[in-house]
Amino acid sequence: MTDLRTHLSRARGLGSAKSGLHHWWVQRITAVALIPLVVWFAVSLVMMSGADYATVRAWIGSPIVMVLLILTIVIGLHHAQLGMQEVVEDYVHSEGLKLASIIALKFIAVFFGLAASVAILRIGFGG
Amino acid sequence: MSVANRPVHRPLSPHLQVYRPQLTSMLSILHRATGIALSVGVLYLAIWVICAASGAGTYEAFRGFNSSIIGRFVLGGWLFCVFYHLFNGIRHLFWDAGYGFEIKDAYRSGWLVLIATAVATALSWIVGLRLI
Repeated sequence: MTDLRTHLSRARGLGSAKSGLHHWWVQRITAVALIPLVVWFAVSLVMMSGADYATVRAWIGSPIVMVLLILTIVIGLHHAQLGMQEVVEDYVHSEGLKLASIIALKFIAVFFGLAASVAILRIGFGG
Repeated sequence: MSVANRPVHRPLSPHLQVYRPQLTSMLSILHRATGIALSVGVLYLAIWVICAASGAGTYEAFRGFNSSIIGRFVLGGWLFCVFYHLFNGIRHLFWDAGYGFEIKDAYRSGWLVLIATAVATALSWIVGLRLI
């Protein structure tokens, strides 16, 4: 089949979305990162079911758990936001509402990512 | 209205409801559904650590909800969504790498995902939620 794209368009490799493979690629990278993190978190959650306040705080506040938990939540939010953006792009057809929804998704992800990180650090460093 | 501006009524492709459900399409829909559920689930996780940082009273209220019938249902559903999205996500990554595209393989990996999800979910419910 004859390629009707210009050489410049092919060299840029950005396609009609103007961002190339970036969204797709980041979704895969975050997915790979989440495989071990989610397994670790699900096992921890099951093992800690019914734990009291002091036990949970001691667990969250240990250095390795702080790092893994922040990674799980922040990467999880990033992956969720990318996936939800795809859902919005598929089902929201009004341009204005679509843009507003995508921006709202990003704001929610950043807000909860930062809030959860501050909460975890506060538990770990005693506040 | 000129001919050029008249809306064109092109034939539409058959919509979802005319197809007989297949394992592959159902698993695809379930992947998206669990993904949407987990987007809420990760916010729930963020709220959990925020409650833990806020003090004993707030945390006990959150824990009280989790140990209620609705809370157990939410957590149990969360575990199912996590395991399904995890295993089917790995299936997707194999497709992305170019493996498993034969129809026979797609069905086989689909059943494998369902079995792995059932086992992991049941184990986590038994150990974590004390459902039996």
